[in-house]
Amino acid sequence: MFSYYLKLGLLSIRRNPLMTTLMIAAIAVGIGASMSIITVNYVMSGNPIPQKSDQLFHVQLDSWDPNNPNDDGSFDPPDQMTYTDAMALMKAGKAYRQIASNKSSMVLVPQGDDERPFSILSRNTWADFFPMFDLQFIYGSGWDDAADYNMERVTVLSKETNERVFGGENSVGRTVRLAGMDFQVVGVLDEFHPVPKFYDVTNGAFNEPEEVYIPFNVGIEYEIPRAGNTNCWKPIDGEGFEAFLNSECAFIQFWAELRSDEEEQEYMDFLNAYAEQQKEFGRFPRPLNNRLNDVMEWMEDQEVVEDDARVMLGLSLLFLVVCLLNTIGLLLAKYLGKSSEISLRRALGASRSALFVQHMIESGLIGLGGGIFGLALAWLGLRGIEMLFGDMVENLVGMDWVMVLTAIGLAILSALLAGLYPTWRACSISTAKQLKLQ
Amino acid sequence: MEIGPIWRAMMRNKTGAILIALQIAVTMAIMVNAISIMQEKSRMMSRPSGLDEHNLFTIQSVGFADDFNERVTIEEDLAALRAMPGVVNAFQTNAIPLSGSGWSMGLQTEPGAEIDGTGVGLYFVDEHALDTYGVNLIAGENFSPTDITWRELVTNVWPGKTILTVAMAETLFPDDAMSALGKTVYINDTQPITVTGIIEKMQGSWPSWDGFERVMLVPHLLPWEDTQYLIRTEPGMRDELMPQVEEMLAETNKGRIVRRMRSMDEIRERAYRDESSMIKILTFTIALLVAVTSLGIVGLASFSVNRRTKQIGTRRALGATRVAILRYFMTENFIISLLGVSLGAALTIGLNILMIETFALTRIAWYLVPAAMLILLGIGQAAVLGPARRASSVPPAVATRTV
Repeated sequence: MFSYYLKLGLLSIRRNPLMTTLMIAAIAVGIGASMSIITVNYVMSGNPIPQKSDQLFHVQLDSWDPNNPNDDGSFDPPDQMTYTDAMALMKAGKAYRQIASNKSSMVLVPQGDDERPFSILSRNTWADFFPMFDLQFIYGSGWDDAADYNMERVTVLSKETNERVFGGENSVGRTVRLAGMDFQVVGVLDEFHPVPKFYDVTNGAFNEPEEVYIPFNVGIEYEIPRAGNTNCWKPIDGEGFEAFLNSECAFIQFWAELRSDEEEQEYMDFLNAYAEQQKEFGRFPRPLNNRLNDVMEWMEDQEVVEDDARVMLGLSLLFLVVCLLNTIGLLLAKYLGKSSEISLRRALGASRSALFVQHMIESGLIGLGGGIFGLALAWLGLRGIEMLFGDMVENLVGMDWVMVLTAIGLAILSALLAGLYPTWRACSISTAKQLKLQ
Repeated sequence: MEIGPIWRAMMRNKTGAILIALQIAVTMAIMVNAISIMQEKSRMMSRPSGLDEHNLFTIQSVGFADDFNERVTIEEDLAALRAMPGVVNAFQTNAIPLSGSGWSMGLQTEPGAEIDGTGVGLYFVDEHALDTYGVNLIAGENFSPTDITWRELVTNVWPGKTILTVAMAETLFPDDAMSALGKTVYINDTQPITVTGIIEKMQGSWPSWDGFERVMLVPHLLPWEDTQYLIRTEPGMRDELMPQVEEMLAETNKGRIVRRMRSMDEIRERAYRDESSMIKILTFTIALLVAVTSLGIVGLASFSVNRRTKQIGTRRALGATRVAILRYFMTENFIISLLGVSLGAALTIGLNILMIETFALTRIAWYLVPAAMLILLGIGQAAVLGPARRASSVPPAVATRTV
């Protein structure tokens, strides 16, 4: 029966090509506009590490100004941590895994006289960064805990950096000159482009990851210049780098891996105990306000999906509504125009439900057509967005199969919804009256 | 007018009319709110920076050699830059206006840690800065060469002088911005600084910050490996000079790399790329939306003309003129559109209230609603014109034929 209805639907669609084109175009434009915006929102609000996002926690300690919260409106604690606190938490090691990290800029001097030095960004972090965030290696591995404590000059390169400096060869064991010092390569990462870049949204949620990784302590020991945001509520007491490290300046992102609710509770208790203890030393003058947010909570807290994107999403869905209203009108016109045919089939014995199914299939076919063209338009729309925003959105404009299926599904669903009322109207035509009019 | 019969005819086939009216209403709600967002974005973009934008560019120098000497390099660079033909002036700084990265501090009129300072964007400059920026000093005086000292790498010591923008002076001294001149303000809670000059307008690093136009200039040279120069050229010389400057800096010191050379125009374009892109996307959306809605009107009107061919023929046979037929369909569309835009006005305001509450957007300007109503009525009439003319050309003889 289905294939028969399909045939009838196709016939009917062909009989009135202009109207069909209009309907398919209306659905396609609506799907194209809404899907390109939905895709951007979907990618922005995606889970960058789904396999363990509920076990990774961003840690915040409220070490801020007694007279003035970090954020005037919300009383949130600062999103980054001071060196003093980060080191104390690393030393305590109360979580299953924990890492402090920050961002530096340095110059990489390639070997060979023809190669020109270039400026790169580095993530200064701890050995646990790699297993904690499930980073995959092409060659070698991350460094070990000993390297952190002995301040060994070791480095992990991103795939791109390894290609640029070593032509993509296995560079493990070779040296690379960073910030005026020789570092030994211990590992080369595979492709790694988390979107959002969840472990450092402070310095840009949609930035590319850094090009090299070095031990955090090495960055501190050799005073490698910081490249990320630094926020201080209190003047630095004294001069020199030592004074900066001892200051109330926050520039470190701190993450902990906690495998159960129990571990989370224990860690929260530990943070609060730490804050209480610091209060005894005259630090942490604000009320107790420490936070643990897992990855998705933290993305929400930091409003990673920008308001503009959400406004556009709302407007594009309304746009789809206009296109659907349009389709309903056209379908209604079309189905009512078939009154005599419908009456004839009824008179020959077709049941109402059979006619209903037949017309819903016809609507669905129009939806499918709209979906396919809409997908093409959405792809064009995304290329347009890419052209306008440039490299700021290059990670946001890819459609995965979920989005492709959503587009087709949304189109068919829209067309079926749009077809519902016209079909009902067409099927409830009074047969006898119609036939008499002939 | 034959509104009565038209209305009764419409009532017999409500659905089509309701669909068109709804479509017009939602179209209007999207259109007006989108235009309002565009207005807000373009207001943001049109704030003047106070700089001689078209003739400015910046370049970054990053030292890496073991024997790299920051102070000597910077002094030599500045001397060489200022001596280049076509260069008006140049100076070293920590951040570029509108660039998205920079330094902010708090200033207060009374000393004390318990007082909440006013946030201000901060640029380290020397006595060449005002001329390089091209900003307008409206009170006080520029820094003199003797004011300029080297800043330590990590320090909390501040020089005793600063130049503020009017916007900053106004926030500190709301009664009379110009009274700020010569006054002492406090940085780092307790350290006094004297305001020695006021500039008319300048912008900080972050366009979306509410303190964007609050700026302070601090007389310091910076002994940083990684530093930036801002260079002003003679009008029209910028594009010619940029590669020359890049080459000159790269050649004079091999112990550094020269990178991120950008004109101020590029920096502005990038700073407002989100806004300008959104304006373009919204413009495109509105055009598409109007096209879809017009096509819908054309489609439904054509259908209704086709269905009523016989009636039209009968009316013509009974003596109705072609103009009367044309007027019939035009009037019908006008009534539907009028219903649509009236509902649309309510929807528009409702959507706007929702957006104000959810996204802190601004209220729509009052005139947008009536303007959009008129425009959509016009679009409706234009869209129905084709089908209506086709209707008016139905010959009276049709009435005599059976279907």
